[in-house]
Amino acid sequence: MSRLELTRIPGIKTALRSRWPQLVLRVIALAGFALAIVAGISGTPVGSRNFAIVFVWIGWWALLMLVAVPLFGRGWCSICPIPMPGEWLQQGSLLKPQGKGLGLGWRWPNKLRNIWLQNGAFVLVALFSTVILTSPLTSALVLAAFLVVAVAASLVFERRAFCRYLCPVGGFIGLYSQVAPLELRVKDSSVCAAHTEKTCYQGSAEGYGCPWQVFPPGLVKNTYCGTCMECLRTCPHDNLTINLRPFGADLEKPSGRKLDEAFKAFIMLGSAMIYSAVMLGPWGFLKNAAYNIGSLQWLVYAAAFLTFIFLALPGLFYAAVALGQALSSNNAQVVRVRQRRPFSTHRQAFIAFAYSLVPLGLAAWIAFSLSFVLANLSYLWPVISDPLGWGWDLLRTAQAPWTPYLSGVTPILQAGVLLVGLLWAARTALRTPAAPGARPVLPRQQVIQALPVILFCSAVSFGLLGLLVA
Amino acid sequence: MLKRLRSRLANGGWKWGIFSILMLLILISPVPAFSAPPADRHIKINASSFEYDPGVIRVNPGDRVTLELSSTDVTHGIAIDGYNLQVTAEPGQNQSLTFVADQQGTYRLRCSVTCGALHPFMIGKLHVGPNTLLLKSILIATLGLAVMIWTGTRQ
Repeated sequence: MSRLELTRIPGIKTALRSRWPQLVLRVIALAGFALAIVAGISGTPVGSRNFAIVFVWIGWWALLMLVAVPLFGRGWCSICPIPMPGEWLQQGSLLKPQGKGLGLGWRWPNKLRNIWLQNGAFVLVALFSTVILTSPLTSALVLAAFLVVAVAASLVFERRAFCRYLCPVGGFIGLYSQVAPLELRVKDSSVCAAHTEKTCYQGSAEGYGCPWQVFPPGLVKNTYCGTCMECLRTCPHDNLTINLRPFGADLEKPSGRKLDEAFKAFIMLGSAMIYSAVMLGPWGFLKNAAYNIGSLQWLVYAAAFLTFIFLALPGLFYAAVALGQALSSNNAQVVRVRQRRPFSTHRQAFIAFAYSLVPLGLAAWIAFSLSFVLANLSYLWPVISDPLGWGWDLLRTAQAPWTPYLSGVTPILQAGVLLVGLLWAARTALRTPAAPGARPVLPRQQVIQALPVILFCSAVSFGLLGLLVA
Repeated sequence: MLKRLRSRLANGGWKWGIFSILMLLILISPVPAFSAPPADRHIKINASSFEYDPGVIRVNPGDRVTLELSSTDVTHGIAIDGYNLQVTAEPGQNQSLTFVADQQGTYRLRCSVTCGALHPFMIGKLHVGPNTLLLKSILIATLGLAVMIWTGTRQ
């Protein structure tokens, strides 16, 4: 597949290798993050008038889901303020490696080198999200908790353990970054093979060893590359680049498919469906059940939420995958030619096909966010002038009225996004590669095994259309 | 360029060409109207703690609709997506909004007055005639999937 080396364009490489542009953006983000915590704790309890709610859950969320993730993958992670204080303490420096930092520098436990903790952290936040998204104080406490955990992780473990293994947001950004048209990769792997120092991982005077604990020469997908640009700085052979590539290029690679990532896809897709019903549906009892934490209704809601994302969706998908495997194995043409099995177990096929849900899930989140963000974006203008809701009018926008934007065309945009997501999911299912080392399958067999998965994706998409557009 | 186009057509690109034409036809084709003749509709809506009752309203295209909004707790409002209309009502003081439902489709009703924690999610629905967007979306999706599968089997 064709790639365009963006770092060949004059100025781009210099800008990416320099620490200053990144530092400026990170400091701005950190200031916003700190203001959100202060506003949440000391500002008005009215969510739509408080910076903590409006800027984080409307402004930042819109930027993240509608722009950053689909176009830049983990671009947000490269300027995220949450790991900054801990990282500065750990490194003992704001910029280049200088002195000795603080911290124990322990290795992250091998058994936890996966994203199950991130999956759990996201579900935990998701279960309380109706409150987190609307209560400034709760929102501020959650953000502050992220910061405390990130600092603690930096002081106990080596590198960015929080980002890689704990951050509830980073987990889904990583999953969906496989769709993005940008990637950081090595130019020539033979150069890396001959380079014994491996400064991209070990670090050098020019920069730190990969904070994300990724070995850059082995990068085959975006999921765990935080695009921090350290390897661009430390490679003495100028062998790393940012490529412009086709959307979703990572989804056609057979390697690196894992159960924890597969479940992340179910968690995200299921959450988008539940949020669409709870937050954008006309059912007041659902909203109240999700909001009244600790009540019997909330317990029922939480149980239904967990059952849906951990049992119902994966269970139905597993059945679809198993049906596809059975149909394709019994296909007369396949049997006549020779027995070809692209996957040795249903579990292996389940994991491989779950990556079809990546474009579908991203589309679901974009469609959900479009309605939520466009209807509420105008709350930004009063909050810019009065971030704490204390009656200020700094920029003369405090009285700007609430105005839903593009409300007449939002359903059309949502339907279009969901259609693209479904067709892309179907394409991904049809092109799902066989397990590494397995015999290549016949085209007809490929289609037959993907058919039930496509039906599953269609049912989910039509359900989402029903929730968001109908 | 011609060579490239010819190669794409030979590789099944013509199927996507047909799909694009059919998709356009589906998008621009009018859906036959089966609704009743326009009438005057008076609909009472009660707003309370983040929901409307009824939460879903169905009218026919061309109906002259009067929404009578009442509130049982705090001040609530209704803003209708796509119609740019809104009305607010304080508890005990019903307010009405009259309009002609001349835009077919499904539109969200949103509370236009900050009314509490879940205010941004206080949502209802107004259906004006059949939801052609939903029908057309499902039709296009089915067509697209069929072409994709057809292309897949002929590889």
